[in-house]
Amino acid sequence: MVKRVTTGAHYGLRDWLAQRVTAVVMVIFILCLVTALLISPPHDDNALKAMFSNQWMRIASFLFLVSLFWHAWVGMRNILMDYIHTTSIRLTLQVLVILSLLFYTIWSVEILWNL
Amino acid sequence: MRFSIYRFDPDKDEKPYMQDYDIALEPADRMLLDALVRIKTVDDSLSLRRSCREGVCGSDGMNINGRNGLACVTPVAGLKEPVELRPLPGLPVIRDLIVDMTQFFKQYHSVKPYLINNDPPPETERLQSPEERAQLDGLYECILCACCSTACPSFWWNPDKFVGPAGLLQAYRFLADSRDQATAERLDYLEDPYRLFRCHSIMNCVDVCPKDLNPTRAIGRIKDMMVKRTV
Repeated sequence: MVKRVTTGAHYGLRDWLAQRVTAVVMVIFILCLVTALLISPPHDDNALKAMFSNQWMRIASFLFLVSLFWHAWVGMRNILMDYIHTTSIRLTLQVLVILSLLFYTIWSVEILWNL
Repeated sequence: MRFSIYRFDPDKDEKPYMQDYDIALEPADRMLLDALVRIKTVDDSLSLRRSCREGVCGSDGMNINGRNGLACVTPVAGLKEPVELRPLPGLPVIRDLIVDMTQFFKQYHSVKPYLINNDPPPETERLQSPEERAQLDGLYECILCACCSTACPSFWWNPDKFVGPAGLLQAYRFLADSRDQATAERLDYLEDPYRLFRCHSIMNCVDVCPKDLNPTRAIGRIKDMMVKRTV
């Protein structure tokens, strides 16, 4: 079989941009969280729990986690494209990454809204 | 001065090996290329490419003590001994320090590195303002020595698909040219997860460029142009 080089999928900008935007979201959340923890450090488990049961805190944390997973997806796909050159194995691994990230997203909702 | 040089002759050797040389340099042997020419006086089987011997032609790119550079503009003074010389990494070795640049030039040609302008040529020239001309500074000086692309891991892993820093610098050289009319087609071609977006901005290319050019910045500008036309 002739080995033909196949490129020209015409995407990539959106993912690259998403990687930048999600990184900014994560930095903002982490800075806010660290500041909040420094200003009023929670004394015990219950105080920490109370802090994260605030509705806004839940939404912010969820936004952070979704950014993290989206960022991880772009990064993981980049790694797989760099190193895994057999299309079938790459596709399988990419699907596994997507499934685990989806699972983590649902799991984080479950954790955040059950505190 | 002591050298350890990568040797491989596909007709004779089963595997590449490192050969040691201990050479007395003359006072006039200031650059690494002078030293290599001196080595060739004792061992003329050592093969390397060279031509202008002053950093203009880009022929003698090689890996010098682990770092890509041009032998002709690398002073021997200051090189750690034994000086370890290897062919540019990531490209097939033809013999000794000579690599097969086919893949590199294929990527270079893929970005159409020439002016595309369908207007009838004017009587004299296609004029540019000094500001428009200044946009090309830091882009047109590339001598295609391949030091950058062969220092780029993304080019090592996907040399057939990733255009590489040298090719992308040239792609931007024509995107930045006020006389070029193929901006949209050029961006369409480059908007691809492999051709452009294998670059993860690790800046190895900037680190090794013997002409002090900045392919990473050019790649960033290409991405900027794509963002501008998309969002």
